[in-house]
Amino acid sequence: MAAPRHSAMLSISNNVGTPQSTSSDKTQIAQPQSPAQTPGLRVPSNRKTIYDRHLNRSRNAELSRASFAYLFAEMVTYAQRRVTGIQDLEKRLNEQGYPLGLRLLDLLFYRATSTSSSALSSSSTSSSPPNRPLRILALLHLIHGPLWRLLFQRSADALEHSVSPDTPNEYMITDNDPLVNTYISVPREMSMLNCAAYIAGVIEGVCDGCGFEAKVSAHNQPTEMWPSRTVFLVRFGDTVMEREKVLERQGVK
Amino acid sequence: MSTNKASRIGEEIWKTRVDKVNAELVTLTYGTIVAQLCQDYNSDYQEVNKQLDKMGYNIGMRLIEDFLAKSGVGRCANFRETADMIAKVGFKIFLNVAPTVTNWTSDNNQFSLIFDDNPLADFVELPDDGRAQDELWFSNILCGVLRGSLEMVQVQIEAHFVSDVLRGDDTTEMRVSLVRYIEDEMPPEEE
Repeated sequence: MAAPRHSAMLSISNNVGTPQSTSSDKTQIAQPQSPAQTPGLRVPSNRKTIYDRHLNRSRNAELSRASFAYLFAEMVTYAQRRVTGIQDLEKRLNEQGYPLGLRLLDLLFYRATSTSSSALSSSSTSSSPPNRPLRILALLHLIHGPLWRLLFQRSADALEHSVSPDTPNEYMITDNDPLVNTYISVPREMSMLNCAAYIAGVIEGVCDGCGFEAKVSAHNQPTEMWPSRTVFLVRFGDTVMEREKVLERQGVK
Repeated sequence: MSTNKASRIGEEIWKTRVDKVNAELVTLTYGTIVAQLCQDYNSDYQEVNKQLDKMGYNIGMRLIEDFLAKSGVGRCANFRETADMIAKVGFKIFLNVAPTVTNWTSDNNQFSLIFDDNPLADFVELPDDGRAQDELWFSNILCGVLRGSLEMVQVQIEAHFVSDVLRGDDTTEMRVSLVRYIEDEMPPEEE
């Protein structure tokens, strides 16, 4: 078996997705490589690299919630200094979440196959390894369930389809109490701001990574019981909706 | 207070008094922060190091309250005790790791923290641009955190990484030096 082509995946951010030991049969992305390539990165002699540790090592690992809150707050503060308005700020947070979504998608599928569990049962039958979702609903279930559990250790609270006939491409995923907003207090004059735009970006990355072009935004929808209730509005592109119709006619699930 | 005692305190607090969250969420969020900085500063890694240190400083100033509230520990008798407190209680509570304290200078004013594990750097590989491995200290935010939090308890320190497995070194080591104990009131800081 050929060695995995690490070099094509180099990037500063977190490279989730291509484990050394099992990747050759599971990596789905063909990665072109220049022939005159020299290994540029130094590695420790004890080989403590991301390729030498199991991808599931941190699967059930925990860290302090405070640490997350500190980091996220710094991230928001930093972003705020470089933007002019709320929309700009949300866009920036969204863009920071997007690459995570792309990578988390790989991680989700890798874990689903490596444990042959029913974690992704909504998008596959139990006998075969899970496939990437082909239909919108399967994709949304993947986000609502496995993705949310990976990030927040619980499922999202609701998944709805727009009731308006004008916007059949709109879906809503609700989180009654998003972790990311727990320690963020938004000033009154910025009451429109929802820092869960970061998570909206993650969702967008997952959708795009699956081949479902979409725009995702986070909106405040407080209720008396859930003051920080947030609705993630997923708007799929026209091409996705057209394909959805074709697939429906063909009976693809 | 002995190192062992500090370790026990750290373990105890981690088990009973710390709200948890999925480690990967923290790791990935930190990754996006560094990635964003590299993008914003056009891969000027010196500047990225500086910004990370600054963010850490801001965090440290607030984190110390949390640390004191959770640990309930009093003033350290000397800098050696401070080192154990940082490594075995502080890092344990906030990152669930307990780096080794070692390489003391004879005047007891400088030590190293050796990290066997660094949750911030899980999943990370530095860019293969011929510079990042020589210039970027990926976890530099931690230096700022130490600086900020200790300053709040009137200990002025200087901290920097001297090696990192991400750079191809065999260990990840941070060097911490005592600058002085701050006697009077806080100096004004605008950060």
